[in-house]
This record gives sequence, structure tokens and C-alpha cells, in this order.
Amino acid sequence: MAGYSGKFLRVNLSTGRIDHENLDMELAMKFIGGRGLATYYITQEVEPETEPFDSANKIIFATGPLTGSQAPTGGRYMVVTKSPLSGTIASSNSGGFWGAELKRAGYDFIIAEGKSDRPCYIYINDNTVEIRNAEKYWGKLVSETTDLLLQETEDPKARVLAIGPAGEKLALLACVMNDKYRAAGRSGVGAVMGSKNLKAIVVRGTGKLKTAREDETKKVLTNVRKKIKENDVTGKGLPAYGTAALVNLINQSGIYPTNNFQESYFETADKTSGETLAEKYLVRNMACFHCPIACGRYSKVDDVEGEGPEFETLWAYGAGCGVDDLPAIIKANKLCNEYGLDTISSGATIACAMELYEKGIIGSDEIDGPALKFGSGEAIVEWTRKMGEGEGFGAKLTLGSYRLAEGFGVPELSMSVKKQELPAYDPRGVQGHGLQYATSNRGGCHVRGYMIAPEIVGLPEKLDPHSIEGKTVWVKIFQDLTAVIDSLGLCLFTSFALGADDYKDMFNAIVGQDWTKETLLEAGDRIWNIERMFNLKAGIGPEQDTLPRRLLTEPIPNGPCKGHVHRLPEMLPEYYKERGWNEQGLPTEDKLTQLDIV
Amino acid sequence: MVVEVKLFATFREGRFNEKELELPEESSLGDLLKYLKIPEKDAKVIIVNGLAVSVGHKLSNHDVIAIFPPIAGG
Repeated sequence: MAGYSGKFLRVNLSTGRIDHENLDMELAMKFIGGRGLATYYITQEVEPETEPFDSANKIIFATGPLTGSQAPTGGRYMVVTKSPLSGTIASSNSGGFWGAELKRAGYDFIIAEGKSDRPCYIYINDNTVEIRNAEKYWGKLVSETTDLLLQETEDPKARVLAIGPAGEKLALLACVMNDKYRAAGRSGVGAVMGSKNLKAIVVRGTGKLKTAREDETKKVLTNVRKKIKENDVTGKGLPAYGTAALVNLINQSGIYPTNNFQESYFETADKTSGETLAEKYLVRNMACFHCPIACGRYSKVDDVEGEGPEFETLWAYGAGCGVDDLPAIIKANKLCNEYGLDTISSGATIACAMELYEKGIIGSDEIDGPALKFGSGEAIVEWTRKMGEGEGFGAKLTLGSYRLAEGFGVPELSMSVKKQELPAYDPRGVQGHGLQYATSNRGGCHVRGYMIAPEIVGLPEKLDPHSIEGKTVWVKIFQDLTAVIDSLGLCLFTSFALGADDYKDMFNAIVGQDWTKETLLEAGDRIWNIERMFNLKAGIGPEQDTLPRRLLTEPIPNGPCKGHVHRLPEMLPEYYKERGWNEQGLPTEDKLTQLDIV
Repeated sequence: MVVEVKLFATFREGRFNEKELELPEESSLGDLLKYLKIPEKDAKVIIVNGLAVSVGHKLSNHDVIAIFPPIAGG
């Protein structure tokens, strides 16, 4: 079937066995690909109670049917496994070029299972697939690993996915990096690679991808490219300023978490904004595979250069830690990319440590580095380095804010959901977004249903961020549509310009199907429910559909949203009903039957 | 009346970052945009005292107004 390679790789790192397996197209038509299909395989092949670092856990690198195609932004892939950070299903998304290369090599996804007895990497060159020794790369930073692997494989066109030292040391905040700077950032997926002694996957593909209906595809893609180009956000805002332009917008909206969510307006945010970044440190703009938006940024300060920092990083290491020292944030971002650390969770964990330190819960004699004081640029850089090295108190920080705060007897001071740190929007000022934080299947996350689009940006229409009226309907649709986009292999940013019909048209033309918008969204609903079922069986129950106590009980003390708390208890029952679940938040037999996932 | 105006991204070019402006009483946001020579269609998000409003919004003394071109991300 066009769109798909129709094959996947199963690489057993314990035995060294490599199997080329055929993709079950009936399954592809139920779960699309990418996040959906990989999650299905995890639910079938990994017992939900499995310890994430047990060799029985598996990790899947999955493209979607539009990955590698001519569809705009069609370079995305997902890393799906059981998360060591949250204990939930993990599915982290990344751009760059690696995903499209895997597809050209002839594979929809790779299932890595077992555990190698020594550091290794997987080498793929079309039909040639080998497990190779990676002992000499173990301990090396991401960019050096990438350069050395490209030298060894003697093919500069190959693409490299790798973990850094953080993943090797099983840091729960470790990410998977590809093309040096792009990250499958969240949920500790890099540590699962590390637990398998899998340092990298190098891919080279020369195949051509088939399109089912060429004339229809040309017409559909012309239409969606036009929409992306003419849309104010994807055609103007993101190309011109990147994601960093959000710093001022979110701050002025009064939902910019500051000093570990103790405040929600950062007086000196502009010093760390996209405008300041562009004026002082921007070198050039960057684009991923087949992306007309090109929101990436390459920056340089002193002798430190690389891609980023993105908006979330500017927040986590900026306002989150009370820091307005932009060069320090750029340096911390670079360290995260090199060590392979998730910038959101790393910055947010340092912010949590700062609150504990300033409240005297962490004593100065308990740390072996700079004082953990809000506002300290020195602290964010040095503690990130120590996290990457797994050195002293830095090693404790790599366990994430929940385990850190719990260890000091104050878990409520971790600003996380399901043990994963919340991103850059205070839900007390955006009720819909807060509901999606609480119900996200991978814990604290902004990209499972980006309600900031309607509640702040006004896309596709403006909603009152403080109202809870009708929000459950919006959250469910956004969550389901996001699951579809993640499964197709496209970038979520396209959704600022495109709707469900556009995704349906691209899928139908390239794959050769006649799905309706409803079929597509039902697939999103199905994916959401298998993720939910995996979590329930893993012991992550509805009691964890919540927000940190601070956000439910302490009104925002400053800024435009002063006085607001999140009204989750009023929204959650309605959300469960909207999902077709029972009052306890459990998917009903009828719902699962309707979705054909009993 | 006196209002505080904050401009962002390209709106700063040839204008200012932040400034106090004196406007005639009963001025609306539309009047302010005309004064700033910012086309209404380009001002995608306008926040007055922390709340997003439309261009017809009447301004009051001491309002804090933030004006953004189309931006988003995540």
C-alpha cells in the first residue's frame, strides 16, 4: 500500500537477531502509523507492569504514512516505549531528517528489544542492517558521536540518531537526539535506549516512496501548501520569529510560570524573548525535512553555538528559574543537546530545586555546586552540566522534580503531572489547557492537545481562556486530532493552518484510501484509548488525572491573571463523559467495542 | 487619557518597545492602531490589562496594551 514501506525491522539486542517483518496493513488502517501503530505494538508486546529499564521493555522508532512524502513537514517520527519518568506510555516526537531517511531505507519502523551486553549501534543502509560495536562512542557527547559515526560509515548523507551521556547514565530526563539538534525530548525515552546499551541508529536510504493517486496528491498538496503559506502563523509568524516569539505573548497573557509556578508574570521576560534572541544572538533560521515553515533557529553566544533555544527552553531555564540571562540560557540549552537532556524537564527540575533550596528544604551543605537561587545564570548552566555528567547532586536532579521533591518530603512542590514536568503555560489562566495537562496520557505536556491555540492565539477561533464552558469538547477533539497528526508523520504546527479535512485529504491521496473526517478522528480516539488502557494496566489510574495542588488551590499572586486557580474538579466529570468513559474515568466496554479495541 | 503601549516582534521596527501615550478620551483600540500606523489586519493578538480584546474595544485611562503580530509555537 502506498505511503507505507510495508516492512519493519525487529532488532533483538540480546541475541543479535535481525528480522525484516511485513507490516500488517489491517493494523495500519486502524492505528495509522507513527504514534498510533507503535503504541499498539507496545501494548501487545510489553506487559504494562514491566519495569522501564527491564530488557523486556521495547522501544520503537516509528514513521507515519506521510513521513518522507512530499507532504509539507513530512519528516516527523515518534519514539514510543514505556516511560521511566512517568511509568506511562511514552511517545516523543521529533523532526529533522532522520525519520524520512528511515522511510527511504524501506522501513516504517524499528522495534529494538532485549539488551546488548555492550554498547552498540544499529547501522541501516537500505537492505543492509547490522548491529555494530559502539564502545568507542560510549560517553561521548551527541555532536561528537554524530560526527564520528558519519566518519565511520563514510557516508555524509547518512542520518544519525543518538543518545548522549545522560541517556547512558539512565537519567530519567534523557532524550533521543537526531541530526545533532532535534530531540524526541520528553518522558525519558533516551534512558530506555541507554538501558539497552543502544547508543545510536545510523540510517541511509535511497528508495523512492510511492504515492497512490498522483494527480490527486498534487492537487491536495498544492492546496495545503497554499493554506500554510497564507496562514498568518505558519506563513508569517513562525517563519519570521520562530517559537521564541511566544515568550512575550505568554507573559503578557499572564500565564508565564515564574519561579517554579510561584508567580505567573515575569517582569524581565523581554530580556529572554525571541525579539532579543533575534537581535543579539541569531545566526540563521533552520528548517526540517520538507518544511515550508522553517521555525528553527541557530544561535551563537561566545564560543557556544547550535540550534535553539526554542520557546519552551527559554521558559524552563528562563522565567521558570527566574533567570533573565539569555546567554546562560543558550549555554544551558547547548548542554542539554550535547548530553541529551530534555530541556523542559531539566529546567523545570532545577526550578523545583531552587524553590526547595530557598525554602531551606535543601540545605547548602547538601549540594556540591552553585547556590540554587532563583535568577542565577551560573546555577542553570553548572547544574545542567552536572546533570549531564551525573555528578554529585546533579545525579539527583536527573530523576526529575517529582522524585526530587518527594525525597525531601514535599512532592506537592513538583510542578508535574504523572511525574512529568509541566511546560510553559500556567493552567490557572488557561482552563482548557489545564484540563489537557491533567488528562494527557504521557503526563505533563503541551503537545497532546495544544489549547493555547484557541485560548490565547485565537486559532481556529478565539475562546475565553478563563471560561470552562464547552472546553471539554475542544480538548477531546484537539487530543484526538493531535494523535492523528503524530501518527501520520507530520508536524503539529501545521494544525495552525490545516483542519481535519486537510489531513484526511492528504492521507487519502497518498495512501489511496477514502476515509472521512470522522474515520480519521475516530482513529485518533482509538489511539487515545489504547494509550489510556496501557496506563491503567500499568497502575497509572484516574487518580493521577490531576494538577499540582498549588495550581488548584493557590490563586495566581501577580500579573494579569491574578486571583485565578484551575477549576479541574468542575471539568473532569464532563471530560470523562465526553470521552465515553464511566464516572470513574475508565473506558467502558461499549466504548472499546465501538473503537474495535476490546 | 494616558495608556501604556507595548509593541512586539516586527511592530517594534521604526516604532518603540514600550511607551506611555496620551490619547483623546473615548479612544478605541482602532484609533490607537491608526495612530501607530499598524493595519488592523496585522494586529492579531491585542491584550489589554491581560485580557485579549478586539479592535473595537474602548480604552480607559492607565490601560496597559500589548499588541502582537501573528505568532504561535510551542
